Amino acid sequence: MHEWALADGILKTALEFAKEHRAKSVKRVTIVLGELQDVEREIVEFALNEMKKGTFAENAEFSFEEEEAIFKCRNCGYTWKLKDVEGELNGEIREDIHFVPEVVHTFLSCPNCGSRDFEVVKGRGVYISEIVVEE
Amino acid sequence: MIDPRVKAIEERLKDVKRIIPVVSGKGGVGKSLVSATLALILHNMGYKVGLLDLDFHGASAHVILNAEISELPQEDKGVLPPKVAGIEFMSIVFYSQDKATPLRGEEISDALIELMAITRWGALDFLIIDMPPGMGDQLLDILRFLKRGEFIVVATPSPLTLNVVQKLVSLLIEQKMIILGLIENMVRDRSILKEVAKEKKITYLGEVKFDHDIDRVIGNPPKLLETEFAKDMKKIVERVLGSRND
Repeated sequence: MHEWALADGILKTALEFAKEHRAKSVKRVTIVLGELQDVEREIVEFALNEMKKGTFAENAEFSFEEEEAIFKCRNCGYTWKLKDVEGELNGEIREDIHFVPEVVHTFLSCPNCGSRDFEVVKGRGVYISEIVVEE
Repeated sequence: MIDPRVKAIEERLKDVKRIIPVVSGKGGVGKSLVSATLALILHNMGYKVGLLDLDFHGASAHVILNAEISELPQEDKGVLPPKVAGIEFMSIVFYSQDKATPLRGEEISDALIELMAITRWGALDFLIIDMPPGMGDQLLDILRFLKRGEFIVVATPSPLTLNVVQKLVSLLIEQKMIILGLIENMVRDRSILKEVAKEKKITYLGEVKFDHDIDRVIGNPPKLLETEFAKDMKKIVERVLGSRND
């Protein structure tokens, strides 16, 4: 489960943020999960709740927001969504992208012009949008 | 927006004693062969060794080691690098199905951070990193995330290399990086890089003679270790080991 590795990074980042701000505890962390990486929210949540025990994020609440994956072609400017092209990606490819989302450039190209030079505008992977601490 | 993966990188590398990025100014100087052979020699000497191929556009360590890449590495609270010829090995090719993966700067950086954040290296004596040529994204990220990296610079005795290798070494010195030294690869008659090492006050780790037969053993690690190339590399490894207490 590489979700545990991601959860580990989330918790460490929140703890360090609290330390830097001389906070007493971490109250809330909001995590954005990008559609492209397709991380299992339940596993991340479970891992965070396991790992927070005994830390000063022990009482922290973790909330999640899902972000749709949107691509924009750098060659022709066309914009499209992951769900528009989902049929091109089989289970094996989705798994590859799950581990390293950038390999989407291996498997997808712009539906309009065929270029592989496209940007993942939104919904790539996991990031923290908010950390609330108690001073 | 905070990237949680950066913190995970430190954790993933905490049981790795020494990290050696193998860099060069120019391409085609034999960095991948030097990296893979260095890893194989250290493994044969009884050390626990990992090899990370960060040359996303020109990944070739898997070809040198003849790694089986059709199956995804196993997962256990991260990704466990498969053992290839006794070495823990990680490369983007496991996830790109060894197909072309055109990436721009920020995408390269994202892929590098992702790989480093999820790969659970064991307790290693050495992690060798096969870097792409030049001073682009991967080098900048290594300078950012791996402050304890001990760099090996590979160059060939060509006037074309000379100028670029001087710039690369100057950059590493300016950024206060540890430089284990310079390897002069593909030497035919005379070496020209001893002077550069002297001038930059870095260690000249040694020369590796041009080996006409090296291409025949690509993909065959045991045979690779029997080559003249590997013999020269063994002398260099001794110097690397002597550079710190092991």
